[in-house]
Amino acid sequence: MKSRLTYIPVLGVVLLLAWIVAAAAFPQFDISVSNQANLPAPSDIEKTVAELDYFFEKQWKDEKFQAAGPAPELAVLRRLSLALHGTIPSLEEIRRFESDKRENRLAHWCREMLEDSRFGDYFAERIARSYVGTQLEPFLVYRRDRFTSWIADQFRKNRPYDEFVREMISQQGLWTGDPATNFITHSVMEEVPTPNKLAGRTVRAVLGQRMDCAQCHDHPFADWKQDEFEGLAAYFGQVKLSPFGVEDDLNKKYEIEDRETLEKREIASSVPFGQQWLPKEGTEREKLAHWCTHPENRRFARATVNRIWALMFGKAYSEGAPYFTPVDDLPDPEVELSDTNKTVLDILADDFVKNGYNIKRLIEVIAASKTFRLDSRHETEDSDLLRNMIDHWAVFPLIRLRPEQVVGSMLQAASIKTVDQNSNLLTRTVKLVRESEFIDEYGDVGDEELDERAGTVPQALLRMNGQLAKDMTNPSPFNATPRIAIASSSPEKMLENSYLTCLSRRPTQQEQQYFLNLWAEENKKKSSQKTYDLHWVLFNTPEFSWNH
Amino acid sequence: MLPGMRSKAAEKRGVERATSFITLWMSGGPSQLETWDPHPGTPIGGPTKAIDTTLPGLKIAHHYPLVAEQIQHMSVIRSLVSKEGDHERATAFVKTGYRPDPTTKYPALGAIIAQQKPVKGLEIPQYVSLGGGEWPGRGGYFGDQYDAFRIFNPGNNIQNMRAQVQEKRQKTRLDSLAVVSRAFSQGRNLQVKRSLHDNTVERALKMMSSKQLSAFEIDDEPESTKEKYGDSRFGRGCLVARRLVEVGVRSIEVTLQGFDAHTNNFEAHTNRAKDLDPAFSALIQDLRERDLFDSTIVLCIGEFGRSPQINPLDGRDHWPTGFPAVIGGGGIRAGRIIGKTDPTGEKTDPENPLTVPDLYATILRQLNIDPDKELITPIGRPLALCDGSPIKELIEA
Repeated sequence: MKSRLTYIPVLGVVLLLAWIVAAAAFPQFDISVSNQANLPAPSDIEKTVAELDYFFEKQWKDEKFQAAGPAPELAVLRRLSLALHGTIPSLEEIRRFESDKRENRLAHWCREMLEDSRFGDYFAERIARSYVGTQLEPFLVYRRDRFTSWIADQFRKNRPYDEFVREMISQQGLWTGDPATNFITHSVMEEVPTPNKLAGRTVRAVLGQRMDCAQCHDHPFADWKQDEFEGLAAYFGQVKLSPFGVEDDLNKKYEIEDRETLEKREIASSVPFGQQWLPKEGTEREKLAHWCTHPENRRFARATVNRIWALMFGKAYSEGAPYFTPVDDLPDPEVELSDTNKTVLDILADDFVKNGYNIKRLIEVIAASKTFRLDSRHETEDSDLLRNMIDHWAVFPLIRLRPEQVVGSMLQAASIKTVDQNSNLLTRTVKLVRESEFIDEYGDVGDEELDERAGTVPQALLRMNGQLAKDMTNPSPFNATPRIAIASSSPEKMLENSYLTCLSRRPTQQEQQYFLNLWAEENKKKSSQKTYDLHWVLFNTPEFSWNH
Repeated sequence: MLPGMRSKAAEKRGVERATSFITLWMSGGPSQLETWDPHPGTPIGGPTKAIDTTLPGLKIAHHYPLVAEQIQHMSVIRSLVSKEGDHERATAFVKTGYRPDPTTKYPALGAIIAQQKPVKGLEIPQYVSLGGGEWPGRGGYFGDQYDAFRIFNPGNNIQNMRAQVQEKRQKTRLDSLAVVSRAFSQGRNLQVKRSLHDNTVERALKMMSSKQLSAFEIDDEPESTKEKYGDSRFGRGCLVARRLVEVGVRSIEVTLQGFDAHTNNFEAHTNRAKDLDPAFSALIQDLRERDLFDSTIVLCIGEFGRSPQINPLDGRDHWPTGFPAVIGGGGIRAGRIIGKTDPTGEKTDPENPLTVPDLYATILRQLNIDPDKELITPIGRPLALCDGSPIKELIEA
C-alpha cells in the first residue's frame, strides 16, 4: 500500500508536465483573438471583385461551363498561406481561424497575413527574382541580401510599387547604403554594368514582355525590333561604377559594336512607343524609370498584376492564349480599351493604378475573387473539357508547389505552433539552414519559378527518403509527431490533429476508418511511431506538394 | 573473365550496344598549358614540363603520366573557341552548345541524348551527374524531368534512395499513401493524373528496388580496380560512371572541381592532376578491357582555358579562346591532334579554331542523332538540337 502511495506525487508531476506540454503544444487551449480586432475593415474592393467575378462568370456561361463549386475555407486559407508566406498554416493558426466568428473571416485573415512580417520577407524574395534572378555575384559590388531586405521594407511600409520600381532603375549610390542600386550592379561584368542585361530585365520584370531576342536580331514572332532594344538599352548607357557607387556620367555616349561590321556605333536613347510619357528633365535612367511606370503605360500595371496573379495561383494568367505562357510574355495591350475587349489583367491593372499601385490591395482583390476561391475538384470525366475549364479558370488548377513552399510546409508541419519571427532563435536558424539545403536539392529554378512544371523523380525520392523529411517527422521531442501523440485524447483526435497539421483538412470517413483499423492492428506500436508513419504518408501525398 | 554485368543492356558489347556518353567536367576552367597543351621553355609555359605519350607527336603536361599511356585511344583538340569568359555563362554554353539567352533555356548535351535516345528498360535515370558541381546539366526546355540526376558523393552512399524504415513498415506506409492519395483524387482524378505525381513516385519506388541501383555502389569492385581509379571523389565518380554505362545509362557527367586558379595556378593544377590522371586513364583502360569503349564516347572538357600570361599571383585568368578537349571512344577517330595555340601567347586565336557546337554535332552524329533536327521550343521557336557541323577529322578516316 505504502509503495502505491509513493507513486501519487510522481503521477501528479507527470500529469502536470503533460498538461504543460499540451498547453504549449496546443495553443488552441488559450485562443487569443486580440490581434484580430485592431485592423481596419477590408478595403473598398467589392466593386473590382464584382467586375472580376462577372468577367469570369460571363466567360464560363459563354463556354457553357459548369464551374467548380466553392472550395472549403481551410483549402483557401492554405492557398493564401502558401502564396503569402510560402508555407501551410500551422495547427495553431487553423484552430484560431476556426474559432474566428467574424463575417468573411478569410478577407480578414488575408489582410492579417499581409501585415505579418513573413509576407514582406517572402514576397521580397519572389519579386527580387524577377529583377536580379538568384545569382550571388559579382561579389564585391553586389549584395543580393541587401536588395531583398530593402524590397521587404518597401512591402512592410506598403510603399506604392511604382515608386520603388523607379528607385531600382534610377537610384545612385552604394550597393550597401542604397540597396536599390543592386539592380544595376547585378549586371556588372568586368567592372562595368551591362546595359543589355539591364534593358532585358527591365522589359521583362517591369513591362512583362520579352525583347531579349531583339538584342541580336529582329524577332520573327514579336513586334520588338533590334534598334528598339538598342534604344532602350541606351538609357543604361551612362551608368558607371565609381568609389561612390553607382553613378551616371552625363557626358558619356553609349556605343556598341555592330555585330555585322564589328565597328563602334553610337546609340541614342529612345523608346519604342509612348514618347509623350518621357519626362523632360532627369538622368537617362530617371527618364526611363518614369516612362516605364507612367500611368498610361499599361504594360507596367498589367505586368505587375499578372506577376501577383501568378504568385497567388502558382501560374500566370496567360492572356490571349488557351495554354500556359510565361509570366513575362504578355501580348501588347489593346490600344483603345472598352467594355468588350477588357481582360482580367485590364480590370486588375485599372484598380491597381487608381489605388496608388498598392500591392497589398491587389492581393486582397485577387484573394476575394470567386476564381481564387473555387474548388480544385470537378465531377467531369471529360479530360478535354476539364482542361478547357482549367485554362479558363473555371476550376482551381493543381500546381506543383515551388521548392521553398514544400520545405516551408515541411518545417511548419513539424511544429504545432506557427514558425515565424516570434519562434525561438534555434527554430529560425534551423529553418534558414535546412531550407536552403533542401531548395538546392529539390531543384531551384531561379527566376523561372512561375513556369508550369511537372514533378521529378529526385523530388519524390527527397520527400520519401531525404534527411529533412526524416528529421521533420521522426518522434524527436522537438517535432509535432510525439506532441500530437501525447496530447490527443483519442486515436480519432490524433488523426485529426495530424491531418490538420499536414494537409489543413480533416480525414474523410474512409481515411479515418482505414487508419483506425490499421492502428488497432498495430496495437503494440507506440502512438508516436504511428504519428511518425502517418506524417511520412501525408508528406508524400500529391495533396501536400501541390497547390490545390 | 569480366565481372560486374548486371542487365541485358550490359550483356551487349562493343558496337552492338547503344552508345553512352561520359563527360569528365573540369569545373573552373583548367589550364591548357598544365594539361593537354603545354609550352615548356616559353615565357608562357611556367614550370610545367611536357612528356611524350603513346600518341606519336603528342606531348602533354608532366602531371599526366598515366593518361599519356592511354591517350593513343583518344584525340586531342587544342583550339576550341568561345565568347564566354564568365564561369556561369561559359558553363551554360559548353554544356549546351548554345550561348545563354534569357528567352530560351537550352538543354545540356547529356539531356538531349537522354531525351532523343532513351534506353528502354532502364529503371535508374538516363542522365546522371556525379561529384557535385555548381551547375549540373539541365533539361532546359525539355523540362526538369531531363535534369541530370545528381549524386554528390559517388560510391559512398546512395543519397535518398534507401527507404527510412524496414521493408514491412515501408509497405504499410505505401499502402496508407495509396489510401490518402485516392481520397485526394476524388473529384480531381484527371488533374492528379496530369500532375504525374503518382507516376514519379512509382518511378522513384521502382528505382529504390531496382537491381540496377547497385551500379551506383562500388563495394563489390576489387580493391585493385578502386586503386586504379584513385581514392578520390572524382575517381569514385569515374568508376561509378563505368558501372552506369554497363547497365545502359545514356549520359553521365563526372565533375572535378578546383581549376579556377587565379592564384597559385601550378600548385592547383598539380593537385587536380592527382585525381584526374589515375581516374581518366583507368576509365579508358577499363572501358576498353570490358569491350565498352567502342560504345562509349568519353569527353574531357571544362568551361574555358586559362590565360597564357601568368599573373603576379602566379595564377592564370580566364581564357575562352584556344582551350582544349580530349575525346575518344564510341567510334570517334583516335590519334588526331587538332588545332594549335601560339607558344608565345601573343596570338589570341588558335590555328584551326573549332567551336563547341561543332564538337557536339560530331558527338550527336556518332550517336545517330541528327544535329540539325529542329524541335519547337515552348516559345514557339524552332531550334536545331545543335548549331554546329561535325568535325571531319574526328569522324573520317
